[in-house]
Amino acid sequence: MSNIQQLNDLATQVRRDILRMVHKVNSGHPGGSLGCTEFFIAMYNEIMELKDGFDMDGIDEDLFFLSNGHISPVFYSVLARKGYFPVEELNTFRMIDSRLQGHPTTHEGLPGVRVASGSLGQGMSVAIGAALAKKLNKDNHLVYSLHGDGELQEGQNWEAIMYAAGNKVDNYIATVDYNGQQIDGATNDVLPMGDLRAKFEAFGWDVLEIKEGNDLEAVINGMKEAKTRTGKGKPVCVILHTVMGNGVDFMMHTHAWHGKAPNDEQLETALAQNPETVGDY
Amino acid sequence: MKKYTDTGKKDTRSGFGAGMTVLGRTNPNVVALCADLVGSLKIQEFIDENPERFFQVGIAEANMMGIAAGLTIGGKIPFTGTFANFSTGRVYDQIRQSIAYSGKNVKICASHAGLTLGEDGATHQILEDIGLMKMLPGMTVINPCDFNQTKAATLAVAEHQGPVYLRFGRPKVANFTPEDQQFEIGKAIMLNEGTDVTIIATGHLVWESLIAAEALEANGISAEVINIHTIKPLDEEAILASVAKTGCVVTAEEHNYYGGLGESVARVLVKNHPAPQEFIATNDTFGESGTPDQLMEKYGLNNKAIVKAVEKVLERKQAAPSMNVQG
Repeated sequence: MSNIQQLNDLATQVRRDILRMVHKVNSGHPGGSLGCTEFFIAMYNEIMELKDGFDMDGIDEDLFFLSNGHISPVFYSVLARKGYFPVEELNTFRMIDSRLQGHPTTHEGLPGVRVASGSLGQGMSVAIGAALAKKLNKDNHLVYSLHGDGELQEGQNWEAIMYAAGNKVDNYIATVDYNGQQIDGATNDVLPMGDLRAKFEAFGWDVLEIKEGNDLEAVINGMKEAKTRTGKGKPVCVILHTVMGNGVDFMMHTHAWHGKAPNDEQLETALAQNPETVGDY
Repeated sequence: MKKYTDTGKKDTRSGFGAGMTVLGRTNPNVVALCADLVGSLKIQEFIDENPERFFQVGIAEANMMGIAAGLTIGGKIPFTGTFANFSTGRVYDQIRQSIAYSGKNVKICASHAGLTLGEDGATHQILEDIGLMKMLPGMTVINPCDFNQTKAATLAVAEHQGPVYLRFGRPKVANFTPEDQQFEIGKAIMLNEGTDVTIIATGHLVWESLIAAEALEANGISAEVINIHTIKPLDEEAILASVAKTGCVVTAEEHNYYGGLGESVARVLVKNHPAPQEFIATNDTFGESGTPDQLMEKYGLNNKAIVKAVEKVLERKQAAPSMNVQG
């Protein structure tokens, strides 16, 4: 069990990783990645029960599925920092012959990745399938997934949301990164989704919210609470309130950095706000 | 020529159902998913015997493909079932990302393929599915010809590691292949040896090709008939060996001319051994309502059409003698 200061230091380092990865290839998605840093740190260091090493089937461990694959920088950084693959490999993000594709894939055999994602809206179905396999295998571990709020505009999610409740997939926690932004602007301007909590509840889910989604302790406590809600006949949804671009002042609260890399000067400013902690790759 | 006997007309989808029943008893990792078409897919016996291994997903094909991909994570071998149209075109992106690109061991099992779905008409028929599936990297595409072969194929794909598209149909057709056959993915089956023309057929058109070959023999034309149950990977060796002997080809399939078996064969020929080829396939059209026999007649997908195509390709072969024989 790490202490909160160590985990916050790790989060700062992960934000540095995200910024440097995206800057190096002048492409990628820093905004959502920065907003979900605390969530990923919490999941991989405090919440999920994980085996040593990686195998695709993940029997007797918790599983995580990233549905909004464009926030691959935070996923890759946290996986590397957890030891799934060498941290130096972050240098190859989005480059030719790399296992770190722009959007995650199993195709290149990167440990930690169990399904390709990028084309939005598919991850919840996959996570449900993995949760059903756990039930068939009498494996009591949990399945987690993360989805963008804008991603819920894809209709397949609602097929999956209906299925999970209707079939009591209660070994599953779906988390919505509720930052209110998507590539073309605020979700309320692009396609308003109304009351997400009410929608999930109406479909039969147990819903809880984490209001401070960029406060590591709040995220850890909230996800621990979510775990206590599993096994009770309902799938669990966590609405995680985050700030897009969190940790870099000029990237926060705007969709402008959804899919744009900082220039040299902007990188320096951003890195100064997130000084090196456990060491750059 | 070799004689084949129809042991009694049966639908290929029932061959799938019979195969699933066997798999339910022999392979504990096999699970089945269906999008509200259990009766059409003939899997009730599997469900009755293995209720915990069946997932009814409702009318939600995209979700079904994703759940199937997820079930492989944990070692299950999911077989998804719905009509061919909704198994492919409706969920192409889900198959592409969550199954094919992700390398998941999902068996996409599609009934009511082609025109012979019949009266339901074009919205429920599909003539593009072979093309859609064969274009996906890593996808195996199988289109068996009768009940027995569909059952054998169903058993074989469970043993194969990787995504498979297994295509079958609704109407009752001649059942003429051996009940105890071994099904080897990617291996063509020589049904009748001949010297004048090669007829390469898949699915419901294989039996029609055998009838056509008999009619041709009566006219003194020796037709070699090859059953290509696996369109991808294609048995290029068998095709080239036959065409080296006969010098011309007719391909026959219940599918659009574009993207089907015929184009796959043409690619092999043009690269290795160019030869005159005629295509029995629909010509860039949607289907329509009608009985299966009426539709096969109207769209030129029966034994009579194959005979005409053979006559045409033989004329072309004679007009281009330099292309006849290899070397």
